[in-house]
Amino acid sequence: MLRFEAVWKTYRLGAFGTRELTAVRDVSLEVARGEVVSLIGESGSGKTTIGRMALGLAAPTRGRITFDDVPVAGLRGRALRGYHRQVQGVFQDPFSTFNPVFKADRVFALVRDGFFPSVPAAQWRQRVEDALEGVRLEPADVLHKYPHQLSGGQLQRMLIARALLLDIRLLVADEIISMLDASTRIDVLNLLGELKAKGLGVLFVTHDLALGTYISDRTVILRAGEVVESGPTEEVFAQPRHEYTRNLLAAVPHLHTRWNEPVK
Amino acid sequence: MTDTEHVEAPGVPALAEPAAPLAGRRREVLHFALRNRKVVGGSVVILAFLLLGLVAPLFTDHGPNEYVGPPSAPPSADYWFGTTTFGQDVFLQFANGIRSTFVVGLLGGGLAGVIGMTVGFVAGYRGGLVDELLNMLTNIVLVLPALAVLIILHAYVGITSVPMQALFIGLFSWPWVARAVRAQTFSIRSREFVDLARLSGMRPLAVIRREIAPNMSSYLFMTFILLFGGAVLMAATLDFIGLGPTDVVSLGLMMNSAVHWSALHLGLWWWFVPPGAAITAIVGALYVMNVGLDEVFNPKLREM
Amino acid sequence: MTLEVEDLRVHYRTLRGDVKALDGVSFSVADGEIMGVVGESGCGKSTLGKSLVRLDNRMKHVGGSITLDGASLPIADDRAMNRFRFKSVSVIPQYAMSALNPTRRIGRLVADLLAAHGISYAATLPELTRRLRLVGLPERVLENYPIELSGGMKQRVVLVLSTLCDPALLVADEVTSALDVSTQRAVAETLVEFRDRGYVRSMLVVTHDISLVYQIADTIMVMYAGRLAEKAPSDVVVTEPLHPYTQLLIGALPEVGARFSERRLTGIPGRPPGLRNPPQGCRFRARCPLAFDKCAEQPPFVEVATNHRVACWKAGS
Repeated sequence: MLRFEAVWKTYRLGAFGTRELTAVRDVSLEVARGEVVSLIGESGSGKTTIGRMALGLAAPTRGRITFDDVPVAGLRGRALRGYHRQVQGVFQDPFSTFNPVFKADRVFALVRDGFFPSVPAAQWRQRVEDALEGVRLEPADVLHKYPHQLSGGQLQRMLIARALLLDIRLLVADEIISMLDASTRIDVLNLLGELKAKGLGVLFVTHDLALGTYISDRTVILRAGEVVESGPTEEVFAQPRHEYTRNLLAAVPHLHTRWNEPVK
Repeated sequence: MTDTEHVEAPGVPALAEPAAPLAGRRREVLHFALRNRKVVGGSVVILAFLLLGLVAPLFTDHGPNEYVGPPSAPPSADYWFGTTTFGQDVFLQFANGIRSTFVVGLLGGGLAGVIGMTVGFVAGYRGGLVDELLNMLTNIVLVLPALAVLIILHAYVGITSVPMQALFIGLFSWPWVARAVRAQTFSIRSREFVDLARLSGMRPLAVIRREIAPNMSSYLFMTFILLFGGAVLMAATLDFIGLGPTDVVSLGLMMNSAVHWSALHLGLWWWFVPPGAAITAIVGALYVMNVGLDEVFNPKLREM
Repeated sequence: MTLEVEDLRVHYRTLRGDVKALDGVSFSVADGEIMGVVGESGCGKSTLGKSLVRLDNRMKHVGGSITLDGASLPIADDRAMNRFRFKSVSVIPQYAMSALNPTRRIGRLVADLLAAHGISYAATLPELTRRLRLVGLPERVLENYPIELSGGMKQRVVLVLSTLCDPALLVADEVTSALDVSTQRAVAETLVEFRDRGYVRSMLVVTHDISLVYQIADTIMVMYAGRLAEKAPSDVVVTEPLHPYTQLLIGALPEVGARFSERRLTGIPGRPPGLRNPPQGCRFRARCPLAFDKCAEQPPFVEVATNHRVACWKAGS
């Protein structure tokens, strides 16, 4: 479905763009239907930029990004809207993804405004409730409340529900559980796992290697904008070929193994 | 730019938008605003002055500058605020002055607000080259000595009416608004809800109007208050140096002519205290309203 | 015994009533011990860290005592605490790295800090540079502005600074959370090294990351809704936890290599109770699969094995 072919992204900085910063260098990757691809990298690795480009929020400087062989960068107006019907995103900070001055359920109303203006209100309410139940939220718990009255886990699930209101085929999940508490993050991950089983493709952007392996089929390791290693998740983690990946794995705090002990 | 013009109006209620959530929010803002003592108190003061300025002059057939009574008379039943050295009715001048003060403040402050916010929003949201160019324009106007330019403009064009005076003031007092709004927009633009709005099919102007501006509504209102006050003071300055419209009265002109004719030394306190107190009360009431509105707009403060 | 905390109660004042952030917490930290304090957001772990050093103006000391090396800490008296702060009990607050004044050079920041505690910068400089070198920072970082340093470097500067007087106790609140994996490890290992070298005698490492604190802590203390749930040597907490909350929490953590398709982990349903009006009895009762009648009564925090304390009626029985 989604394909990056030798994609570069360079930002211009300073007065009249005199300085350049290359955030993404020559990245190629692919996400297929029903596949979860983990994009793992530390801060400054360009992983978020890749996610934004996949969502059409930023355009590549060089290279091609296509969805079903249609270039994403050139989409405007109606075509871009059509793209966002199929490809949606959930971001890292749930409290920053909700406009703090509005009630949290406004995110659903915006989807209706943007994509389904002709759906009658009662029918729309039903759809929202169905979507909320799909992410295991009780509608009464989360509707008509302000973001600060809800927990991070509830907000992130609402955003997934929002994406499910559309007929999405690809979800870009950018660090969606890093701000959540341990007891709820696994629920969000399991939810993604279930959606994947139903055919959803997921680009799972994270800095946390443990979370990356749990649901992903393939893993792409990034450093400073470049892909250092990619392949089936088990292979990348069991036999890392690149030294950077090995160092990264060595630094991960395991739950049952100390850093200076061999991994069990 | 019709889309951004809505933003100019003070506070959120004018952010006209047919969509259901915003209408709901407007009702809610109103609900909390009517229960906020600061907002209600401030509005009462402003409306009282506005009413006085609008209504009082209707009940007299004299012009505010006519010599109607004994000179230098203290306040009495006939002349509520006394008379000037020349026998003009201070109350009549006061009521008319409030009128032109509101006109200058609203028009001048409003115009500066529209220009400043338009430039600030566009520059902050678009960034890049557009931002650089608008920033340059802003800086050019910012460093122009507004007063000197207004004096020169007056010499060539002539300021014949209060609205015209307001127009000129508005044209030169927007740069700091543009800079402030740009900076705020810049920081809000990087928040993720802006991305989410774009993913919901919102176009840039809608994003500015429906996502970014509501986050700054109390700030925009504060800006408008400062512009209002600034325009009033600037008008008073121009009036004082003889560059104001001639046959009208303003609170600034009253105070300045009081000083000019040594009202302070002659003990004619009723000549300069009312206009001074009125300017203070109007700007002060707007300020109190702003603090209250901050609580109304920010759902988190509401609960405190 | 370095630190002894007895029935500590600290509330947050809000206009809607007091939030009972710490509601009867008792524990002790031994000489040379690194204790990890873990729990979910809002469980009171950061409040505990702050209470030992500085109560902010919304916090209210309601009851209980803190004893450090036999001397009672006057935590409710901000002035009297000044004698202890920095010198005998020091803190690295959450977000300390980003709290460094961006317009001052690091050296200047250090000088100001030392002056505030009546210590000479010139006299301390040799030791300061020695310790900076120890954590891999050259002396010239003192000439740098905070913005010129990376997150990991800043965190190490803050660490050296806060332990400059060899305090008896260091409270490190989420010092590794904002860092990348590899830097995280370096900073965490520096904590241990500082303890080993005696730059700081004992440590409370407050974090939400159990896997990380497991790497460095001798003891782990699990908090839930303003109270202690379990405290034991870190191996015991991770491998044989007794409190149902600890068990579920550990079970919810995916490890590298865990796969959704092979073994599904489960979260803990429900949410922690609000602390304005916390429920009677065990606070975990509503989410606990083992809850029974007796849980309506608050379980005591008792020792069920050597150095292993649990607040649960089912534990140890």
